[in-house]
Amino acid sequence: MSRSTPLREVHESLGATLTDFAGWLMPLRYGSESAEHNAVRTAAGLFDLSHMGEIFVTGPQAGEALDHALVGHLSALAPGRARYTMICAPDGGVLDDLIVYRLAAEEFLVVANASNYARVAAELAERAAGFQADVEDRSDRYALVAIQGPRAEEILGTLTDADLPSLKYYAGLPGTVAGIDALIARTGYTGEDGFELFVAAGDAVALWQELAKAGDAHGLRPAGLSARDTLRLEAGMPLYGNELNAGLTPFDAGLGRVVKFDKPGDFVGRAALAPLKDVPPRRRLVGLVARGRRVPRHGYPVVLPADGAVVGEVTSGAPSQSLGKPIAMAYVDTEVSEGVAVDIRGSHEPVDLVDLPFYRRNT
Amino acid sequence: MSSIPEELSYTKEHEWVAGPADGVVTVGITAFAADALGDVVYVQLPEAGATVEAGDAVGEVESTKSVSDIYAPVSGEVTEVNQAVVDDPSLVNSDSYGDGWLFRVRVENTPDDLLTAEQYTAVTTAES
Repeated sequence: MSRSTPLREVHESLGATLTDFAGWLMPLRYGSESAEHNAVRTAAGLFDLSHMGEIFVTGPQAGEALDHALVGHLSALAPGRARYTMICAPDGGVLDDLIVYRLAAEEFLVVANASNYARVAAELAERAAGFQADVEDRSDRYALVAIQGPRAEEILGTLTDADLPSLKYYAGLPGTVAGIDALIARTGYTGEDGFELFVAAGDAVALWQELAKAGDAHGLRPAGLSARDTLRLEAGMPLYGNELNAGLTPFDAGLGRVVKFDKPGDFVGRAALAPLKDVPPRRRLVGLVARGRRVPRHGYPVVLPADGAVVGEVTSGAPSQSLGKPIAMAYVDTEVSEGVAVDIRGSHEPVDLVDLPFYRRNT
Repeated sequence: MSSIPEELSYTKEHEWVAGPADGVVTVGITAFAADALGDVVYVQLPEAGATVEAGDAVGEVESTKSVSDIYAPVSGEVTEVNQAVVDDPSLVNSDSYGDGWLFRVRVENTPDDLLTAEQYTAVTTAES
């Protein structure tokens, strides 16, 4: 039985197609997912992300506890700022990718993926045991609503006194939105400017409806997980379970920069990760752009057409609205840079290797 | 709930079959299937002139999230394919039973397991 977010009835009243995602019944799309994708690129989209996990780490040594538990240097984070980071197993494998907000000197919010947050909360509690820090999974008490797109600031600005123009990317501040207490964060997963709003679960419906009303004249539309996936894919952002998993280290994923070896103290995964720092991985994460119209999808082999030798594997793929062609991310052998194809159900379809991201917004 | 026209025949693979008219049937995918797929972005169809057997995979339809085979619902020779739907696959979503038709077959043999509208409605109810 899938769990529902506080917004399930709102989604149903909007005619959403609901789907099970990581044990949650979530909106896949409300109408045309392409139109939702394009709305986020050109105006704004409204997302229910209440399936994400919110784990609070508090106390005099909360920062030190996170330095030990995660690969990032969170004790150095200024209050009001956020970081993209990861939690790794002792063998260096990625257990989840996270955004950590420092809400106050002794208060951090760790946002984890829906599929992983129970594990993350348990690992954090265990790893924080020697520190003066408390770990509390408050996921059930919070809803998360995102407004993303070039008009997001304009729309949100009509509902809040918070100083949005001064709010930097990867920063968050407490405020009110339509009178509702919220953590207003300038973060997202779409490649556009936008905000993520953490509110009490009981306020989710009112917040959604106020945002929808305020955004109506600006082209805001609700957007489902399907659009979220194609938006993040165009932006070259990894998805846990696709580009990231426990069998890969941050270095394998080309994200070694998130591992901070120069922070004080030991951290879980350091011993395994340190030797990998200067070793080129066997494969690298690249972008693929299909020359034809068939779509490379998760799990399809990347091959050399001459002999069919497998030189990689697609991790995510979809038709791209912004490029008008199918795109994919794939792990491909580092020595291969051109002349590859994807084995799409038995036939070799040529693709071009490109650097990520596929799409970068104009700033 | 998407409509299921009374006058058509259906397959368990969510295709519709119209006719035959002068021995030729028209084949498409149902509105129920199109809704389930989401936005269709690519349709690959059999070649005109090809001989197909009922049940064969003869093409594919890709949407944002998935790809599905298109099956021949009857046996015979493909007489015509819908170039308009190849050029604009969104016709499968916007007009599943009309301009979104896929291909036509001169029927040599019709399997006896095609479904009536009523039977197909039961299939869709079970899958919703």
